[in-house]
Amino acid sequence: MTDSHKTIEAVWKIESTRLIAAIARVTHDIGIAEELAQDALVTALELWPEEGIPRNPAAWLMTAAKRRALDFLRRGSMLVQKHEEITRELEFQQQQLADAMDQALDQVIDDDVLRLIFTACHPVLAVEGRVALTLRLICGLSTAEIARAFLVPEKTLGQRIFRAKKTLSEAHVPFETPRGDELRERVASVLSVIYLIFNEGYTATAGEEWMRAALCEDALRLGRMLVQLLPSESEVHALLALMELQASRSRARRGSKGEAVLLKDQDRSLWDDAQIRRGLAALGDAQRLGGGAKYYALQAAIAACHMRARTAEATDWERIVLLYDALMQISPSPIVALNRAVAVGMAQGPSAGLAAVDEIAADPALAGYHLLPSVRGDLLMKMGNFIQAYEEVQRAITMTQNVREQELLTERLK
Amino acid sequence: MPQYLVAIHHPDNYVPSSEDPAMIEDIHALNREMIAAGVRIFAGGLSAASNAKSLRAKPDGGVLITDGPYLETKEHVGGFWILETADMDQAVAWARKAVIACRAPVEVRDFLFRPVPKEATEQH
Repeated sequence: MTDSHKTIEAVWKIESTRLIAAIARVTHDIGIAEELAQDALVTALELWPEEGIPRNPAAWLMTAAKRRALDFLRRGSMLVQKHEEITRELEFQQQQLADAMDQALDQVIDDDVLRLIFTACHPVLAVEGRVALTLRLICGLSTAEIARAFLVPEKTLGQRIFRAKKTLSEAHVPFETPRGDELRERVASVLSVIYLIFNEGYTATAGEEWMRAALCEDALRLGRMLVQLLPSESEVHALLALMELQASRSRARRGSKGEAVLLKDQDRSLWDDAQIRRGLAALGDAQRLGGGAKYYALQAAIAACHMRARTAEATDWERIVLLYDALMQISPSPIVALNRAVAVGMAQGPSAGLAAVDEIAADPALAGYHLLPSVRGDLLMKMGNFIQAYEEVQRAITMTQNVREQELLTERLK
Repeated sequence: MPQYLVAIHHPDNYVPSSEDPAMIEDIHALNREMIAAGVRIFAGGLSAASNAKSLRAKPDGGVLITDGPYLETKEHVGGFWILETADMDQAVAWARKAVIACRAPVEVRDFLFRPVPKEATEQH
C-alpha cells in the first residue's frame, strides 16, 4: 500500500461515520448513505494519489459526497418527472440535503451519529447483522476487516451487511433517536452490540488467536463515543467502565509464548494503571447517576474488585459474592451462577464453592459449556480429590475449541 | 492501544489572547470531535515558554535552575494532545485537523513506553 493510500484509509476511518450520518439525515436510508459515502472515497482514492492530499480532507470528502447525493436525488426525480408536485418536493429535498451537508461541514453532528448508531443496532435486525453494520458504518471497518475479525469468508460477511441494509430499508426503519420508554430498550440493544464486539475481541470463540485487539479497541471507542452522546444514561458509563477495566489487563493476559494467563496468575504490574483509573472513574459516573445496581454497573463493580487488589490474595471475594448475588437478582443466568460459585469457593472455601456449582450443574444451558467441568476440576483439586479433578479437566478440554484454552487446561493436568 | 503526543508549535512571541473567535471555535470543535470519537486522552495549552524553568545537572552533583526555556529557539510547544488511536496514520490524520484548527505547525510523536510505578512491581 502506498503512503497516500494509507493516509486515505486513516482519514476514512475518522471521517466516514460523520459522512454517512450527514447523508443519511436526508436520504433516510443508511444503506444508500453508505454507498454514496463509499463513492466519495473511491473518488478520493483516484484523485489524491495524483493531486496530493487536500488541505482539509474531511471537507473534501463531504463536498464529494454531497455532489453524489444530489446526483442520486436528481436521478430519483427523473424517474417520477412530470409530476410537478413531486418535483417540487424533490427540489425541496435537494435544498435540504445541500443545507444539511453544508452544516455538517462546520459542526459536529452528534445527533446524526447517534441516529446512525441506533439504526445500525435496530432490533429488527439479527444480532450478527447489527454487529456487522455497526463495525462497518460507525467504526469504518472494511468488509474484509470485519470478515477477518469474525473468521468468516468475506463473501458471507458482505451478504450479511447487504441483508441487514435491505431489512432496514424494507422495514422502513426511521433514521431517528428513539424517545421515552423505547429509548431504554434501544440503548440496551446498542450496549449489547458494543459488548459483543468487545468480547469477540477479548476472547475469541474459536481458532488460534486468543485476542483480537482491534475489535476491543473499536468497542472501547464506541463506548467512549456513546458516553459523549448519551451522558445521562448510567449503563452507558457502566459498560465503558467494564470494558476499560477488562482491557486494562490485556498485556498481562498473555505469557511470553502467547499462552493464556489466568487472572490469579497475572503479573499485576503489567496492568494499565491509566486505563484502570479511567474505568473506575466511569464506574463512579454510573453510580452517581443512580445506576449502581444495574446490569453493566454490577459487572464493572466486580471487575473493579479485581483491579483494586494489589495481589490475587488481597481480592475482596466476599464483596464479589454480594455483587454476584445482586446480579442474580436482576439478571439470573447459569453463567452468572457459575461465576458466583467460583467467588463462593474463594470466599468460603472449595467445598462451599463445589456445593454452589452442584446446585446449577444440572442446568441444561450449561451442558457442553467447558467452564463447568473446568471450575469443578479446580475446586476438587483444592479439596485434594485429584482423580475426580483430573477427569473433570479432561472433560473440559474436549469441550472447548479455543486452542489457547486447551493448552491452558492441559497445563493444569501436569 | 498506542498513544501519541500531538504537539502544537507556537512562535515565541505568541499571545494566546490574540486568537480570533473563529480559531477558538475551530479548536473547540476539534476537541469535541476528538472526544466524540473516543480518541482524546488529554489536552492542554501551555503558558508562554518565558515562564518555564529549566533545570540541568551540575558537575558537582547539584542542579542548576534557570528561568526560561531549555532551548533558545524561535518556536516552542504551546499546547498538546495525548491521543489514543489505532496507529500512527490515524494520529497523523487527526494532526492534519489540528494544523488547520490551530493555524500552527504540529508534531506527532509516538509513546515508546508508559512506565508502571515501581511500587506496583515490588509488591509482587
